[in-house]
Amino acid sequence: MISPRLQLAGITKAYPGVVANRDVSLRVEPGEIHAVLGENGAGKSTLMKIIYGAAQPDSGSMAVDGVPALPGNPQAARALGISMVFQHFSLFDTLTVAENVWLGLSKSETLASVTQRVADTAQAYGLDIDPARHVHSLSVGQMQRVEIIRALLTHPKILILDEPTSVLTPQAVDKLFVVLRQLSASGCSILYISHKLHEIRALCTACTVLRGGVVTGVCNPAEESNASLSRLMIGKEPPALQRSPVKPGAAVLKVTALSLPREDQFGCDLEAITLSVCAGEVVGIAGVSGNGQKELMLALSGENPHAPAGSIRMKNGATDADVSCSGPIERRKLGLHFVPEERLGRGAVPAHSLSLNMLLTRSEALSSRGLAGGWISMRALSKQAQKIIERFGVNAGGPQALAKSLSGGNLQKFIMGREIDAQPKLLIVSQPTWGVDVGAAAQIRSELLALAAQGCAVLVVSEEIDELFEISSRLYVISKGRLSPSIDRNDATVEQIGLWMSGLWDADQTQAQLQSEASHAAA
Amino acid sequence: MLQLEARPQASSFWRYASPVAALAITLLLSALLFVALGKDPVRGLQIFLIEPFNGTRAITELALKSTALALCALGLALCFRSNVWNIGAEGQFLAGGMAAGGAAMWLTMEKTGISNWAFFPIATIAGALGGAAWASITAVLKDRFNASEILVSLMLVYVANLLLSYLVFGPWKDPKGFNFPQTVTFNMAIPRLMAGFRLHWGAVVALLLALTMWVFMSRTFKGYQLQVSGQAPAASRYAGFSARSTLWTCMLTSGAFAGVAGAYEVTGPMGQLTPYVSVGYGFTAIIVAFVGRLHPVGCVAASVLLSMFLIGGQLAQSRIGLPAALTGLFQGILLFSLLACDTLINHRIRLKAAK
Repeated sequence: MISPRLQLAGITKAYPGVVANRDVSLRVEPGEIHAVLGENGAGKSTLMKIIYGAAQPDSGSMAVDGVPALPGNPQAARALGISMVFQHFSLFDTLTVAENVWLGLSKSETLASVTQRVADTAQAYGLDIDPARHVHSLSVGQMQRVEIIRALLTHPKILILDEPTSVLTPQAVDKLFVVLRQLSASGCSILYISHKLHEIRALCTACTVLRGGVVTGVCNPAEESNASLSRLMIGKEPPALQRSPVKPGAAVLKVTALSLPREDQFGCDLEAITLSVCAGEVVGIAGVSGNGQKELMLALSGENPHAPAGSIRMKNGATDADVSCSGPIERRKLGLHFVPEERLGRGAVPAHSLSLNMLLTRSEALSSRGLAGGWISMRALSKQAQKIIERFGVNAGGPQALAKSLSGGNLQKFIMGREIDAQPKLLIVSQPTWGVDVGAAAQIRSELLALAAQGCAVLVVSEEIDELFEISSRLYVISKGRLSPSIDRNDATVEQIGLWMSGLWDADQTQAQLQSEASHAAA
Repeated sequence: MLQLEARPQASSFWRYASPVAALAITLLLSALLFVALGKDPVRGLQIFLIEPFNGTRAITELALKSTALALCALGLALCFRSNVWNIGAEGQFLAGGMAAGGAAMWLTMEKTGISNWAFFPIATIAGALGGAAWASITAVLKDRFNASEILVSLMLVYVANLLLSYLVFGPWKDPKGFNFPQTVTFNMAIPRLMAGFRLHWGAVVALLLALTMWVFMSRTFKGYQLQVSGQAPAASRYAGFSARSTLWTCMLTSGAFAGVAGAYEVTGPMGQLTPYVSVGYGFTAIIVAFVGRLHPVGCVAASVLLSMFLIGGQLAQSRIGLPAALTGLFQGILLFSLLACDTLINHRIRLKAAK
């Protein structure tokens, strides 16, 4: 019998306060694409760190090709033929592709030979990339290819990919899968970490499921259904969403030709963004992150109050106000509430209690507003926080628990609760379920739908196309700081939205524009 | 093998035990220092720990120095909690001293015959305005040009020092003062707490201000906003709290507090302006603020501790002939021990078997 390419047995690793892996076993055959599936916090990352030598297990053993080996650091892991492509790239923007790859190789090699090897590897695996291009000019998908090439140059026996598709458009995901299948055919084993069930079912031939640091199942994902996989992953099936058709009311938010230069060097300029959100509807904005979502959110929330006058208008009952240059407090008075994607440090102050965190956006617990901004009633604040904890099922030690002591999902529920409880006219949510476990994510989505059913206008920005299709009635797509026209969810397909995510939403219009420009040039 | 390990949650025990442990370490190291200098460590520690509390006079002198330190530290604690790094309290102290001293000089020259109690609010307000005005230079430069408040406030200390020298060597010099660099002796002073001792009513004002500051920080919305900007600037922006308002509130408040301290020093124990108004109160107050955990009540307690070192240093000089630099040395040891002990708030030491 051939020994497996990689075998882990009885791996246990504890961090202060949490056991990340408990008696985990894993067996990967040569040339196998093996999925490691689990929710956030299930222990996937810790396990990969142990395999890649970036963390040491408290107990357990590991063998590569039947030979016992436990790498003490990433160098040792690479010597064993283990390579890893991280979720966050480590590339220098100002260097070329070849130079970036060169940095990680031994100094004896010349840049010319590295360039040649990059070109050869790219050719061999259909990884279309020009070694002489500067990294800052690449798309995120191309940057990922550079990372993969970098990993492949070491001729790995085992390639670890950590959530590789979180930054890709559906089309780029398909291209990646072609490359991965080719790699596996050539004998390289692939460990594919993800929580996206359909990808795993499409790509992988084996799957190890983790929940709470323990292996809950080993299966062939192609033979499983999404429901059976998610049962293994979360222990139960997520509840189905209740969507009730709502007739949208008057437009609450109207953005017209909003252009805004970037705030920081690596930001994205907004170009003539036009959108509207009506009372009672959930509108989604799809797009790969880094395409202007951050800048758009700052402009809409009022954190960046430098939008051109007249570009952002809000309607609340009889008031129709130009809020382009007003700050978050003024916009909140008009009924605009916002949930940012960063929970710790932006949506909540980490070292403050939940009740003190109420004060960020709520002022009910303040009295005699004249003196020093108002007097804080700690009792009222604590009651208010308790109400939200109860209503939204936040798992916390009570109103006095520090924000940083909550898990991502629970803190998100609390922040969402804080804003929903304010009975907003317009709720803007950025990445509502980022890093949130499946159960909490389902709850958050149904809360958003319930809010819209009560007549609130809801705008959701998300990277997860599935999520947007699930909750929104209309969709926009943002790409390179430009916003697509709106499309009804029932008319949209995932493929089409995927194409739009690359900025290709209006080919006809673009052509017409080109023609008119050409005629201008000719004239 | 000893290993430092992150705690899952910050230890509230060590938050308060850390200053005590730091003090113990400081005393231990001081004792070793005395031995190394060939002095009796028991006698040395006695001078630092017991003599400053020995008798009414000693205690009132201690309280006098504590008053100046506490006032400066209260304002600094507010700044540091709000992520505004004003380290120029010394300059604001001098500016307050000059403003109150100038007012006292003018009132003396004009022969107004104003009573001490009537003069008390004048000195307080003049000092506060002087200190706040000096701090506002830093605030303007930060606000308009995003200049680092750390550098600007620090450098303005030297400007304030030179301005004071200019005044007492030049226009404000006492015409009948035998050309000494000093103003006339004021014929009024802020009222004393007890006849025969230099301690003044400013000490009571400092205690009241500490209480006010405590209430302000923990119970008012403005105080809350300041702390949010200090702990999570992005959350403060998200909530819509004004960063400019934070900067100005902190700089003006801490400037005014340091200015009042300077005013009380000049119009209290000194009674005239000389080039040597401060013994580094504004800088020592930075240590006071941190030893006091940036808490108003903690600042008051820490100011007593640090003024004990100030007085102990002077006594050590006169009684057992140790150098004056010893005070600064002890302050430094205390601050470093505190920073080291603070590690234990978020970390714990574990015994681990060597691999």
